[in-house]
Amino acid sequence: MTEQAGTRHASVVDAVLHDTLHSPERGVVVDSPPGAGKSTLVVRAARELAAAGRRLMLVAQTNAQVDDLVDRIATADPHLPVGRLHSNEPDPYDPLLDAHESVRTSAKPADLAELGVVVSTAAKWAWVKTESPWPQAIVDEAYQMRSDALLAVAGLFERALFVGDPGQLDPFSQVGAGQWAGLAHDPSMSAVGTLLAHNAELRRHRLPVSWRLPASAAGLVSSAFYPYTPFTSGTSPGDRRLTFEAASSGSAADRVVDEAAASGWGLLELPERHTPRTDPEAVAAVASVVRSLLTRGGLAYGERSPEPTALTQARVAVGTAHRDQAAAVRAALAKAGFPEVTVDTANRLQGREFDVTVVLHPLSGRPDATSFHLESGRLCVLASRHRHACVVVCRAGVARLLDEHPSAEPVELGAEVAFPDGWEANHAVLAELAEHTVRTD
Amino acid sequence: MSLISVLARAEAAESGRAAPLATVRHRHLAAHPLVLVPLTTAGEDAAPLGALVGTDRGAPRLLTVPQPRNRELRSTFLAALAEEVLPHIESAAEEVEYVERKETEPETGKKVTVQAELCLDAPQLLVPNPAGVEFLRLLGRATRFRRTAEEDPQAAHPSPPRVPLLGRWLSHYAERARVPGSSLLLPVTELLIRHWATGRSTLEDQHLAALLAWIAPPPGTTGEAAALHAELARDERGQLLVPPAGPSTDPAFDNTLLGPAIDRFDAGVADAAADLAHLVEAQLRPTWDAVWHAVDLLRTLPPAAHLPARWRRDRHSYTHHRDRVGAGEPPQPRRDDAVTAARKLVSREQSQAELDAQEALDDPLTMAERRLAGEAFAGEVLDVTMAYSEGKRPMPRPLVTCRSEDGPLPEGTARLHRALPSGGEQRGEVAEHGEVFTVRLTNGMGRSKEPAEGSVPEPGERLCWTLFEHAPRGGPGLPEPEATPWTHGGPPAQLPEPPDAFTPEDRL
Repeated sequence: MTEQAGTRHASVVDAVLHDTLHSPERGVVVDSPPGAGKSTLVVRAARELAAAGRRLMLVAQTNAQVDDLVDRIATADPHLPVGRLHSNEPDPYDPLLDAHESVRTSAKPADLAELGVVVSTAAKWAWVKTESPWPQAIVDEAYQMRSDALLAVAGLFERALFVGDPGQLDPFSQVGAGQWAGLAHDPSMSAVGTLLAHNAELRRHRLPVSWRLPASAAGLVSSAFYPYTPFTSGTSPGDRRLTFEAASSGSAADRVVDEAAASGWGLLELPERHTPRTDPEAVAAVASVVRSLLTRGGLAYGERSPEPTALTQARVAVGTAHRDQAAAVRAALAKAGFPEVTVDTANRLQGREFDVTVVLHPLSGRPDATSFHLESGRLCVLASRHRHACVVVCRAGVARLLDEHPSAEPVELGAEVAFPDGWEANHAVLAELAEHTVRTD
Repeated sequence: MSLISVLARAEAAESGRAAPLATVRHRHLAAHPLVLVPLTTAGEDAAPLGALVGTDRGAPRLLTVPQPRNRELRSTFLAALAEEVLPHIESAAEEVEYVERKETEPETGKKVTVQAELCLDAPQLLVPNPAGVEFLRLLGRATRFRRTAEEDPQAAHPSPPRVPLLGRWLSHYAERARVPGSSLLLPVTELLIRHWATGRSTLEDQHLAALLAWIAPPPGTTGEAAALHAELARDERGQLLVPPAGPSTDPAFDNTLLGPAIDRFDAGVADAAADLAHLVEAQLRPTWDAVWHAVDLLRTLPPAAHLPARWRRDRHSYTHHRDRVGAGEPPQPRRDDAVTAARKLVSREQSQAELDAQEALDDPLTMAERRLAGEAFAGEVLDVTMAYSEGKRPMPRPLVTCRSEDGPLPEGTARLHRALPSGGEQRGEVAEHGEVFTVRLTNGMGRSKEPAEGSVPEPGERLCWTLFEHAPRGGPGLPEPEATPWTHGGPPAQLPEPPDAFTPEDRL
């Protein structure tokens, strides 16, 4: 950890906590780049608010996020009673929570009413009716929350701290919402978008340091996806190292893994071709990269401990754009004997962290580049999950494909123009990857 | 695009004829729809040039605006359009059935059951394409805030009496058209695209005549050749042989024929208005015939099983607006407030999920798409073992073992759904995974210890399990607009909306 980064981070955290506890405004917004200590901040804010005697409701977007937050709070402060409000579905929460004595779980808000901290998903909170609103809320992953979801729960609290990553995937709608584009309360935009459109005076803070991304990645991710709100890595070049005991066999997969281990990035380029989404050759290439990562005795050295940790299946993830691609990769990895490697779409990898990620490029083998594939958040999530290195598998010709498909989304009056432009972000990432290319032929 | 539609497009390209995408008709088609084919003038949004309108395919009424920039003439056109459209829209307002509805009493907050009227039918409007829907939306927006001489005796340019009402109805129909699966106002190209795949891109499919050429090519030619002819063939004067389906006109028509005809009208040449009407009718008539041809083609498909249920929602929507108009409520606001917008979005998403589920259940070809996408699994029942739940009152929880070659079931405790022969939906949990998988049935078997007859499948039966719910449930609801929270700007102002202000453009 560089000392200076630590100081800058701490001063922002202090300012956030001060505003949350003492600001006259009803809301505070914290923008957090990938791996900038957002969850740690939420846990700390929850503890300080509880210590100040302010009843707190905590809103997250998915059950996994809620369970993770409850676990973190209970681990950080075993004496703070925490309520986990859950649904009536079977297996509504992670059984891990039952191990914490301070955690009480229930599907009924009344059972948890007297607890200082109650945590649940936005969807569950929307069912809660109360006569006496909570004095304080923390809304986690607020940029992934849709405006209408905030509308459903905002009556439950008086003040709130909104925390989230503006660079990740925007919330989406299954049906057209163009008729509301440009309205301050467009229900399809992010909760923070609506909040700030109506409450421009709210304080905004920005966490300045990514503790997850290595020095090799923070620069690219910051300039490509956060062009006006730069951040730095919490580690210096050389703080993190990835080594392999077995030497390279000379195969393309081994070479790209070595390149990524040395530089932080690797691009395994397959011959140009239009393919179906579940391109069998690309899926096989992803599997061969995973095999190379896991069978050569990989060791990850980091700033957390002087001893290296072995690169195991749990520390590697594969990211794709579509669910059918994830299913195809999962099947290939199961066959290859790596069933525990996480394989998922960008949407589901949001907020997660691994040592090495293998990414099937969203535009690989495509004849066109739609706005879905060009969305900068998708690439940003895929390119910012790793602590050490990221290997991208892609068909050649994506740069030309991009040039043939400039983003052509209509500009809506009154709607805020989103930066960065997905097209530009894609080009920035490709330009960086071009220097770390290994071709299969 | 799904695998099935890619395949259908490839087959269509190879055979030169559109390939079916559905085995049933997924949208309601009224016995007597009102067809409206509009044309606009270039240069101004929603400036009507003319329209063919009517319910009788042999006798449409032709309406034209000989000088589209003249506001008086436009007013006359709108009055005539209201005269044609409103009687159709009001034709179903009187015949009603009575249905029970739950309402919350404002004083006590209690839920009570009240009798409410529901119109037995709802009038349907058909337009050639989505641009036609957009045109009606703009016309509705442009006219629903107009004031008649009765409402505002001082107005310099009062609106003809029924035009604001036409605007309210057009606005309602156009807004309803945004709800997935609704059928009050339908663009015919979208209807055709849902049921047939051509050998070209979806963008090209927006051309109604070319789309019809692929689906029903004239004898002796292929769909591709006929479509190319419909799109490109011109006569010696450079005019398209098949005029576009509007509302925009072909620039060659504008420059060579329409412009000079309008000039003659402006110059006061005798019969200029009649000549112009002939010109416009020649542009409209082929599209009018094409719309009816499309209706014929769609009628050859049997209606889907869930159509009456979805059409009932359209009837509710129609009845609701009829009641609003009848109660003297003001026109729809220009913009939705935060709560209304959010409610619409959520309910449309629910309609979309419901539509997707119902289309799959109604149509094996659509279900095949879902099976290929790993969202449904068809297979044969190999074995049924009776089992019971634990607890004071054991309930039947039979284990059904099936074999499906539809691909891997998702891991974990996936919840599956199937349609019961009696209607209704049965849920099950996956107990064992694999090509041969076991499902524990969890509901739909009645209240007694013995499952109701027909509620448990027999070995040898073929079932189709879906991962999606058949009747997706609604969410928890949103606050009332008066309770809009601070994050969304607080409660909206409760002021009646003023009529549109006059601008210099209104006096061209």
